[in-house]
Amino acid sequence: MNHLLWLVPASPLMGATILGLCGTMLPARAAAIIGTASVGIAAFIAILIGLHWYAAAPPSHILIQHLWTWLTLPGLTVDISLYLDPVALLMMLVITIIGTLIHLFSTAYMAGEAGYSRYFAYLNLFVAAMLLLILASDLLVLFVGWEGVGVCSYLLVGFWFQDAANGYAARKSFIVTRIADIAMLAGILLLAVKLGTLSIQPMLARATELWPHGGAWPTLAAGLLLIGGLGKSAQFPFQTWLPDAMAGPTPVSALIHAATMVTAGVYLVVRLHVLYLLAPDVLLAISIGAGITILLAALAALVQSDIKRVLAYSTISQIGYMFLALGVGAWSAGMFHFLTHAVFKALLFLSAGAIAMRLDHEQDIFKMGGLRTSLPLAFWSFLIGAASLAAVPIISAGSFSKEMILGAVWFAPGIGPGLWAAGLLGALITATYSFRVVFLVFFGPAHTPVTGRSGAPIAVPLVLLAAGSLLIGWLETPSFLGGDRLVMTLLHPVLGSPAPRSALAILVEAAGYIVPLLGIAIAYTLYRNGHWQRVAAAEPGALRRLLRTGFGFDALYEALLVRPFMALVRALRHDPVDHVVTLISAATLQLHHTLRRSQIGQIRRYAAWLMAGSIATIALLVFA
Amino acid sequence: MVSLSWHAPATLAAMLFIIGLIGLLARRSLIFVLMSIEIMLNAAGLLFITAGMRWGNPQGQIMFIFVINLAGAELALGLILLLRLRNRLTTLDGDAANRLRDVQA
Repeated sequence: MNHLLWLVPASPLMGATILGLCGTMLPARAAAIIGTASVGIAAFIAILIGLHWYAAAPPSHILIQHLWTWLTLPGLTVDISLYLDPVALLMMLVITIIGTLIHLFSTAYMAGEAGYSRYFAYLNLFVAAMLLLILASDLLVLFVGWEGVGVCSYLLVGFWFQDAANGYAARKSFIVTRIADIAMLAGILLLAVKLGTLSIQPMLARATELWPHGGAWPTLAAGLLLIGGLGKSAQFPFQTWLPDAMAGPTPVSALIHAATMVTAGVYLVVRLHVLYLLAPDVLLAISIGAGITILLAALAALVQSDIKRVLAYSTISQIGYMFLALGVGAWSAGMFHFLTHAVFKALLFLSAGAIAMRLDHEQDIFKMGGLRTSLPLAFWSFLIGAASLAAVPIISAGSFSKEMILGAVWFAPGIGPGLWAAGLLGALITATYSFRVVFLVFFGPAHTPVTGRSGAPIAVPLVLLAAGSLLIGWLETPSFLGGDRLVMTLLHPVLGSPAPRSALAILVEAAGYIVPLLGIAIAYTLYRNGHWQRVAAAEPGALRRLLRTGFGFDALYEALLVRPFMALVRALRHDPVDHVVTLISAATLQLHHTLRRSQIGQIRRYAAWLMAGSIATIALLVFA
Repeated sequence: MVSLSWHAPATLAAMLFIIGLIGLLARRSLIFVLMSIEIMLNAAGLLFITAGMRWGNPQGQIMFIFVINLAGAELALGLILLLRLRNRLTTLDGDAANRLRDVQA
């Protein structure tokens, strides 16, 4: 079964090729079937490989499938081969399974849209690029996948390109991540030059061999690659593109901007964690940046009125938790949170999509309300997702992973407790804003009439993801709930096992369990006394406006980067370098006009010039 | 044999040349222009003879014979052109012939 690994990225790529080349000739139903089945095949093979792995893991827990050699240069060979280890296996399963569910959801969500087959072509291409990213054994191939998902994200955010605002959002998301990618490319080239290979495992081995712990080169390389990761994962200071990326169709937001692509930065750090261990300064920067991101995004989510923007900020904040785990070296905890987050955030987005479908694409939470009875399926799935996001203890997957991260952060040396406090505060705000949405959308009086009906393609993904959000946490439970360690055991060969916890952890755990409940209580109280509704109706104050715009980073970047750049563009529009050339031609022309005046056809004038020339020549010969 | 200094004929040649030059630059009539050129040529011839005298070399006189011949041939051509111009433009003003194209065109 393992030799079929190549089919996992190839199958969606084939789907994308078929739909891209002759999608417009196919009926919508065929496009939906091809689009969904190509990812479904990938998911099927991935599950088979996973089961096979569970039964009998390959030697040293690594599966390599060499496909072909891309390029050979003196001192650098790049192979296109697939490298599957437990981390990649986990990612592959999440991407293909959730990808299949979201494709299924999309068949109904996008029904009747113009460009139906184009949509599935892009989405398949995205899945293929994402799988190439995680399965690449070489950093350069990883970068190809990395840019591939970036392009697909651009295409899908701007899917409804007839609206100029969507095109702007797409360009913004692409350009912001591109800026980060430049740093990443510089980091890759640095590694290629310094270590002579980009094949990840030999490269990491050489790095530990050649570079001292905390040296300048590993810090620089890890830092540059981190910038790329932060850009892709919409972390501070690159977080501005993700809320705007919600301009795309909701299933796209679920797949690309919540479950998979935005976690590529996390994956990059985990994949190269050996390099990051050599750069403790970068790890410290990761954790501090993550702490800032968590709080910034959570506070911004607290005041949004668009349901998708709330979810976008929550995604930024939750990926912040993953980076927080990475910053303190808790790689498996980060990957576990990636797993649970992928499930519950996809669920939340799909629920939001299911609601929007029935409310004529209304996304303002203050215009919803009372949907608990009219949309029971969406209510329950959103409630389960929100509970997981808020990390309601025991019943939700999110609580298990968030607990694990907070526990690991507490024990980090140095600034651990400070980061833990930031994480805990973030958890409180998370619970508050997620249940603010739940109360406002599903309780109280209805504001918008519900129309239409939802079929099986909507219901099946919601039910499956809701079940996942409830149950997937039990793969990895704290000691007082049985102490299952399935994810840890799987990831152990690559990432090692975390340090055992000491007695104080009980209090830390307890705080982590109580805080989400407290947050929900705050949300309920403020909902009961009508605070949310009142504030939304009132004129927003300065602080509120600041929070609503995500702390004004857009305006800051507009003033600091966009305007100077556009001024430069305007200055360069008329090509100032060209003026030098134009000047030469103008001077020549002017000289021509001047000299032409001497050619008047008067013989005496010519004779005079002849004379003057002769005298000058003689003078030169005599006196020089 | 009277020993003559070369200064006097050289000065005379220079003066003749300048007179010819001024005539060439100042006069409009092509007759006078041709005459001025003849004066300048003769100045050059005189300088050849002077130089031959100065260095005791007969080649200067030989060159003078050449210059005279050349001047005769040149004058013949010059007069023909002058007559053509006179027929066409009905003037002897050299400045009137400052166009490359035909006047009637």
